[in-house]
Amino acid sequence: MDYFIELLFSGLTRGSIYALIALGYTMVYGIIGLINFAHGEIYMIGAFTAFIVATVLSIYGFPLLSIVIIAGVAAIVWSSSYGYTIEKIAYKPLRHAPRLSPLISAIGMSIFLQNYILLAQTSDFQPFPRLIPDFAFMEPIAHIIGSTDLVILVTTVIVMVVLTFIIKFTLIGKAMRATSQDRTMATLVGINVNRVISATFIIGSGLAAIGGLLIASHIGQINFYIGFIAGIKAFTAAVLGGIGSIPGAVLGSLILGLTESFATGYVSSDYEDVFAFSLLVLILIFKPSGLLGKATNQKV
Amino acid sequence: MKVSVSGKVLSTAACLMLALATPALCVAGDTIKFGIAGPHSGDLASYGIPSANAAKLVIDKVNANGGINGKKIEILQEDDVCKPEIATNTATKLVSSGVEVVLGHICSGATIAAMPIYTDAGILVMSPSATSDELTLSGKYPNFFRTIAPNAAQSPAMIDFAINKLGLKKIAIIHDKGDYGKPLAEGAKAYVEKTGKGKVVLFEGITPGAMDYSAIVQKIKESGAEVVVYGGYHPEASKIVSIMNKKRLKTKFVSDDGVKDDTFIKVAGPDAEGVYATGPQDNSANPLSLKAKDEHKAAFGSDPGAFFDNAYAATMVMLNAIEKAKSTKLADMKKVLETEKVDTPVGAINFDAKGDAIGVGFSMYVVEKGKYVVVK
Repeated sequence: MDYFIELLFSGLTRGSIYALIALGYTMVYGIIGLINFAHGEIYMIGAFTAFIVATVLSIYGFPLLSIVIIAGVAAIVWSSSYGYTIEKIAYKPLRHAPRLSPLISAIGMSIFLQNYILLAQTSDFQPFPRLIPDFAFMEPIAHIIGSTDLVILVTTVIVMVVLTFIIKFTLIGKAMRATSQDRTMATLVGINVNRVISATFIIGSGLAAIGGLLIASHIGQINFYIGFIAGIKAFTAAVLGGIGSIPGAVLGSLILGLTESFATGYVSSDYEDVFAFSLLVLILIFKPSGLLGKATNQKV
Repeated sequence: MKVSVSGKVLSTAACLMLALATPALCVAGDTIKFGIAGPHSGDLASYGIPSANAAKLVIDKVNANGGINGKKIEILQEDDVCKPEIATNTATKLVSSGVEVVLGHICSGATIAAMPIYTDAGILVMSPSATSDELTLSGKYPNFFRTIAPNAAQSPAMIDFAINKLGLKKIAIIHDKGDYGKPLAEGAKAYVEKTGKGKVVLFEGITPGAMDYSAIVQKIKESGAEVVVYGGYHPEASKIVSIMNKKRLKTKFVSDDGVKDDTFIKVAGPDAEGVYATGPQDNSANPLSLKAKDEHKAAFGSDPGAFFDNAYAATMVMLNAIEKAKSTKLADMKKVLETEKVDTPVGAINFDAKGDAIGVGFSMYVVEKGKYVVVK
């Protein structure tokens, strides 16, 4: 039974990690129907920003809590400005182009950012400072769930609640929902669609930066390539849950994380990815729009 | 303008051809032709140049003392850039210019590509660095020797250490499913089963680059393993040891020379403490190795690089074989190589029937206070 609970928590942690990144994919897709392949790189840049800020601050001997807060804020601001700029440079000029063009532009942006970080930071793995300490009260159950796992789980829940609140109850959230339903109508009723799209990119990138900070301090190392694998897995999770749907992204991420964890635990870690992607294929066969995705009819 | 440029190119090409043709013109000379093949330019040059330097140091010394059997030794050096497709050209060129022995190649892939050419010509080849099992264990190349331990020797080294030195019997073997890690892990498993002293309680591959390895760590714990033997590289190893520490696992961690890298210690930080890793044999206590290092410093003004000791040793044993056999016939030299021990920077070595050096192996290292130190 202990073993089951351990695997459950390791799956939930993994799922929460995917969820923080998957939310960015799904939000952007929901608003402009674009798969933002550069999103994984935004996550990686968030992790690097936090890494640089935290390293500098720890040299000056700041207390841990203030390092976490300052590094977190810096990562969010920096990643968001990347997200905002990428949208303006790579996607906005292509808004009325055929669907394939922004997709290619996104892949190009992803490769560009990877190589830019590769040149700026070398290809070596860098040790990420341990920003989340071992809490004393967690010690008796540390073998089941560690302090970093707890922080990741709690943060994901908080982020989800805040995001739901923003989308359901604020003006910008209402504008987002309107834009996602019908961009032309939204423009006609006076919504500044460009601003809504920018806001979506900023929020999505901020979430990825939080993910970058938490995950990097969980696994303790970063390099320029971490965004690619994280991005692929999170994208899978978003599709599994129904891309465009926010609860779907979280549900998909948790299912993906739990599947991988239990497959490793009870079958074999050799087949971890086989199980994860078989599940994706099965769900898409029976529910092509994903678990919580809405089937949309193409207008002719 | 165009004409003058192509004229320049033409004359350069002509000079180049002349320069390359010169060694072939000197076939009639009364020397022993010693070939050196390996990457001497390109991004892997740092693996090949130290070996060429080692050979030059040894040969200069021998030539200064009058050569071998009254003959001076002449070096023919060819670049293979570590690429298999170029290595075949390199080998053909060396064979056609009449080399009698070859030091090289450096990379396993290039060596495997070049070997059939040397084997057909019956030329003795000795590599300081190619570790691929195929080269010796397949029996395809009776003229191949090496002064470095093969990959296949590493798995028994890890298991012997875990069972005999640490006294741990329940072993979890984990690998990264890659070309390097998986054969090591499979070798380790086969070795445990063959010796029958321990028990493999878990044998699994992990996905390199995955974001989180807590599930596999839980599985290691559940299996009741006392020691983890890992075949793979340091990025995954450091993630696994740090999660093992987070989960408060006291299981020992033994790994390979893909982990015996300072980057591992840098990234894993305090979690790296107490991790064991096999690495190339430690020669720092061997006076011949120290002497060779001093010679290199005097001649080239810097510390020698990778495989220097191995190449120094290879050159010494090959020259010794020529001297004792009084010929450069493969069968004669082979007999000397297999029977006579020579004192070299990697220890006193001779060779087994397959061509692997006896007495060259791996040392076990452990991380202590942020540094790899040899386990005594």
